Amino acid sequence: MRRVNGARSGTTRKHAARVAGIAAVAALAVTLSGCAGGGGDQAASGPKDAGDIVVGFAQVGAESGWRTANTKDIQRAFKDAGIELKFSDAQQKQENQIKAIRSYITQQVDVIAFSPVVETGWDAVLKEAKDAGIPVVLTDRAVDSEDETLYESFLGSDFIEEGKKAGQWVVEEYADQTEPVEIIQLEGTTGAAPAIDRAEGFAEVIGADEKFQVVASQTGDFTRAGGKQVAEALLKSNPGVDLIYAHNDDMGLGAIEAIEAAGMVPGQDIKIVTVDAVKDGMTALAEGKINFIVECSPLLGDQLVDIVKKVVAGEDVEKRIITEETTFTQEQAVEALPERQY
Amino acid sequence: MAIATAPVVSPTRRAIDRTRGVFTSPKYGPVLVTLLLLVAIYAIGGARYRGFLSGPVILNLFVDNAYLIVLAVGMTFVILTGGIDLSVGAVVALSTMIAASLLQSGTSPGVVIPVILALTSVLGLLVGLMIHVFAIQPFIATLAAMFLARGLCYVISSNSISITDPFFVAFAQTRIPLGGGMSITPSVIIALLVVIVGLVVLQFTRFGRTVYAIGGSEQSGMLMGLPVARTKVLVYVISGFCSGLAGVLFTFYTLSGYSLTAIGTELDAIAAVVIGGTLLTGGYGFVIGSVLGVLVLGTIQTIITFEGTLSSWWTRIFIGVLLLVFIVLQKVLTARRR
Repeated sequence: MRRVNGARSGTTRKHAARVAGIAAVAALAVTLSGCAGGGGDQAASGPKDAGDIVVGFAQVGAESGWRTANTKDIQRAFKDAGIELKFSDAQQKQENQIKAIRSYITQQVDVIAFSPVVETGWDAVLKEAKDAGIPVVLTDRAVDSEDETLYESFLGSDFIEEGKKAGQWVVEEYADQTEPVEIIQLEGTTGAAPAIDRAEGFAEVIGADEKFQVVASQTGDFTRAGGKQVAEALLKSNPGVDLIYAHNDDMGLGAIEAIEAAGMVPGQDIKIVTVDAVKDGMTALAEGKINFIVECSPLLGDQLVDIVKKVVAGEDVEKRIITEETTFTQEQAVEALPERQY
Repeated sequence: MAIATAPVVSPTRRAIDRTRGVFTSPKYGPVLVTLLLLVAIYAIGGARYRGFLSGPVILNLFVDNAYLIVLAVGMTFVILTGGIDLSVGAVVALSTMIAASLLQSGTSPGVVIPVILALTSVLGLLVGLMIHVFAIQPFIATLAAMFLARGLCYVISSNSISITDPFFVAFAQTRIPLGGGMSITPSVIIALLVVIVGLVVLQFTRFGRTVYAIGGSEQSGMLMGLPVARTKVLVYVISGFCSGLAGVLFTFYTLSGYSLTAIGTELDAIAAVVIGGTLLTGGYGFVIGSVLGVLVLGTIQTIITFEGTLSSWWTRIFIGVLLLVFIVLQKVLTARRR
C-alpha cells in the first residue's frame, strides 16, 4: 500500500518536474531568440557601400566617459561611411579581446581594428591575422610587439607628450615657489600604456626641478570610484599635499569628491591636473574645481575610417598617426564647453 | 517506479519511459539538457550567420577556452564534494606572473612549469587543510586564497611582462593541422587530456567514488569508513593543480604575465560547471558536463561577436539567465527524488 502511494505521488511529482523542465527550456528559447532578433537583419539585407568592406573592432570596454565617447564616435563614423562594423566590447579583459579578434579572423573581415587592453601578449593572435592576410589597425593604445609588420598603423594620442604637457603646466604654475611642491599621482590601470606613458612624460618634466616631489602614486584604475577611494586614503596619509595629477578626468572627479569630503576646496587648497577633457571634466574645469586639463581626444572615428579605406585599397599608411590635441585652462574651458560633444 | 504502477508495458512504452527517466533524473537530466542547449544555440548561430557552422569556429571554441576547460575540470571535483573554489582566477594570474618573471630572469621552461604546478598545488593543499582542519567554509578559505594570490601578483610586478622565451613562443604559435585549413593548438590537446584523466578518476577510481559520496552525504561517507578527510583536502589540491596548469595554458595563450588578468574567471568556471549539470550542493555531475558548459559559454560569446552589434554585456545576461534556469531545473529534479 505504501509503495503504491509512493509511486503515485512519484508520478505526479515527475509530471510537475517535467512541466517545470519544459517551461525552463521554453524560457531559454525565448530569451535566445530575443537576443538573436536584436538587429542582425541589416547584416543580411542592408546594401554595402564602400566596396563591401567589413571591419571588426574590438574595444577595451566601457570603463570611462572617454571610452564611451570613443565607441560612439567610431560607430557613427563607420555608419556615415557606409562600412559594416562588427563591434565587440572586451570588458577590460584581454582574453575576451583575443577571442573577438580570432572570431573576426574566422569571419574573414577586411580589416581588424582594436584598442589593446594591455601592451603585452598580442604576437600570437596578430600573427594569425597576418597569416590570414587581414590587416590590423591599432587605435588609442599600442602593443609592445617587436615585430612591426604585425600591424599596419597605430592611430592614437602620444601619451608621453600628454604627460609632458601636464608636467609643463605644473612647472609654470609653481615657477615662483621655492618650497617643495607635494604631488599625489592617481595612476591609470596598472600596466596599461596610457598609465605608464603619462607617468613617464610627467616625471620627465618635473624631474628637472628637485622641489617637485611625488609623495604618493597609486592606481585608481581610470574610474571615478577608484580615484575617490585612493585620493581619500592618500589625503589622510599626506596632509600637506599641494597638487593631484590624475591620469584621466574620471579619477580627477573622484579626487574632487574626496577633497570636498575632507573639508577642503578643490582647485584652490589642492590643485588638480588631469588628462582627457571629457564633458564632465571640462564642466569641473569651468567651475574652477580642476585647474588644467590636457586633451586626449576620443574622436578617432573619421581618421580610422580613412585608414581603413586606404588599407583596403592597398595604399600605404603611416605607421604612427598622432591625433591632434590641445590643452585647456579654466578660461578656455568656459569658452569651449558649450560646443563640447562628449 | 513508473513501471510498478503499469500492469502491462509494451517495449516502445518502456523505451519512452526509460528516455524520460534519463531526462528527469538529477544525474543525467541536466547534462542532456545542456547538450541539447548547445546544439540549439549552435543551430541558431548557424542559421543566422554565414560561416558559423564551420570547422574553424568549432575548433576556436576549444583553442580560446582550453584554459577554462582545465579550470572547469578542477572546479567539478570541488563542487562535487559540495565545496567551491573562488581562488582559481587569481591563481591563473599568479601563474602567468610567475612564468613571465622567471622566464625573464632566464630560467628554463623545463623548471618554470613544474615550479608553477608545484606551487599552485601546495596553495591548494593549504586551502584544503584550512577547510578541513579548522572547519572553515570553503567560500571563505578560497576567498582568502584569491586575495592572497592576486596580491602576490603585484609583489612580483605591477606591470605586465612579455614572454620572449623561444619554447613558450614556439608552443604558443604552433598549430597542429587537422586538414582542410583547420588547426588546433597544443593547449587544446593538453586540455582534452586533463578532461580524460578527470573523467577516468571520477568514474573509475575509489577516490572518484568517494568524491561523489562526500557530495551526497559527508556523514554517511564517514560512517561507511571512506577517507573523507583525505579526499576533501585532495580535491582542493586538484583544483590548485588545474589552476596552475590553466595558468600555464593561459600564458601560452597571451604570451605575457599580467596581474589584472583572469579577473572573474573563477565565476566563469563555476558557471560552466553549474550549466554543465553539476549540483552546487554536490553529489551529482560529470566532467563532460562541465566541458559542455564551457562550450555553451564560448558559443554564446561567439554568437555575440558574429552579431557584431550587440554589446558583450549580453554574454553576462545570458549566463545569468542560464544559471538561474539550471539551478531551478536541478532543484526540481532533485526534489522529485526525495
